[in-house]
Amino acid sequence: MTNEEILGGIAEIVNEVAGVETSEITMDKSFVDDLDIDSLSMVEIAVQVEDRFGSKVPDDELANLKTVGDAVDYVAKHA
Amino acid sequence: MTDVVVTGLGATTPLGGDVASTWAGMLSGRSGISAITEDWVERYELPVRIAARLATDPTEVLKRVEARRWDRCEQVAVIAAREAWKHAGLTEHDVEPERLAVVIGTGIGGAVTLLEQDSLLKQEGMRKVSPLTIPMLMPNGPAAYVGLELGARGGVHAPVSACASGAEALAIAWRMLRAGEVDVVVAGGAEACITAIPIAGFAQMRAMSTRNAEPERASRPFDSDRDGFVLGEGAGVMVLEREEFAAARGAAAHGRLAGVGTSSDAYHITGPEPDGTGAARAISAALRTGGVDATDVGHVNAHATATAVGDVAEAAAIRSSIGDHPVLSAPKSGLGHLLGAAGAVEGITTLLAIRDGAIPPTLNLDEVDPEVKLDVVAGTAREVELHAAVNDSFGFGGHNVALVFTQA
Repeated sequence: MTNEEILGGIAEIVNEVAGVETSEITMDKSFVDDLDIDSLSMVEIAVQVEDRFGSKVPDDELANLKTVGDAVDYVAKHA
Repeated sequence: MTDVVVTGLGATTPLGGDVASTWAGMLSGRSGISAITEDWVERYELPVRIAARLATDPTEVLKRVEARRWDRCEQVAVIAAREAWKHAGLTEHDVEPERLAVVIGTGIGGAVTLLEQDSLLKQEGMRKVSPLTIPMLMPNGPAAYVGLELGARGGVHAPVSACASGAEALAIAWRMLRAGEVDVVVAGGAEACITAIPIAGFAQMRAMSTRNAEPERASRPFDSDRDGFVLGEGAGVMVLEREEFAAARGAAAHGRLAGVGTSSDAYHITGPEPDGTGAARAISAALRTGGVDATDVGHVNAHATATAVGDVAEAAAIRSSIGDHPVLSAPKSGLGHLLGAAGAVEGITTLLAIRDGAIPPTLNLDEVDPEVKLDVVAGTAREVELHAAVNDSFGFGGHNVALVFTQA
């Protein structure tokens, strides 16, 4: 799977959970600071990422996923 | 002492998605009650197959993510609060956040969320349970989300007193304003729990109408042939202000919440005192705190849910605390019983009756129970000039709340 495909999938999940326009969801964006996503929504996003890409996201890893790019890299490594 | 004026109204009910359509529906004698179409009435063989569903589904009004994050009772609270806030002409610059409070009650809260998440837990396991489960099911959720939306920092409260919750919220708001704690309170009630288990539970109490073949004829407060209430859903919210504060910002007052009275029966967990003593004490207290003479009360917007005992007890309470002269109307005949939202929505309609000089008809009143011994408006709305009107609300647990509204 390419990084673009992963980014597209994550953007769809973030849009579904938090209502952020998919065009806003780019690699350099911070979930909290740029996309205004709270910790509750991050848990929902992690569960959906697991379902979609098969990559488990333990809580201590979730805390390290600050940007959309971090999440894409994580999925690329663990899918 | 400062007077409390009403500057904004908001509602979403089985008769309409806002105050204007709800009020127009009531005045024209429309019913919001219909057959339940979900399959669970058949599956569980429920004896009750009618309810008063919202006229406008919240998902038609809210953003998709708002609807996703909020339980239905929170959705209706925010919808009603937005309308009331706009109606009051308030912006975030008009009131200090520390001088703005929210008081919104609910009877049951996020029961539907609890049930849905419980099913998910059992069927798909822990990881499918939403992290929003708790904020969606907690009964202070409706108040908290409205507080967040408006940036209220003067306190957010959520009275829980069953079917008196919405009225109790208005009573608490009045006390906060009279004490000078804050300048503006956004107050009301919200409820949305039309699903199998609340209906099964109420039905087992024999509290609900089973007139399933005639949904619009089922809710019959004060009628000799009444057989219980019909469950509804919705929300009502008022913006209340200290009179000086409203005047200083040039806000129009639509009426006054002149006084409030609360009492408790300490009689039975669900049954009212048959002679209505506790209810009468609440009404008398509301007249006293409002400085309103009983002879000036032209109208009572009755709680009257159409249970055998409750309606007669309320009529006795009205006769002993106010007298034989007030003209009654029972809004639950068309709205259904909105539980924790009932007192707030009906408080709004009490105020509108004074403003417009019109009392809506009580539907399905073919033959008044001879024990009522009061004039109940039936058929069509009655035009009458009103100086003061009382709104009653009572809740399981023995909670009694009376609100007295007067002209602006």
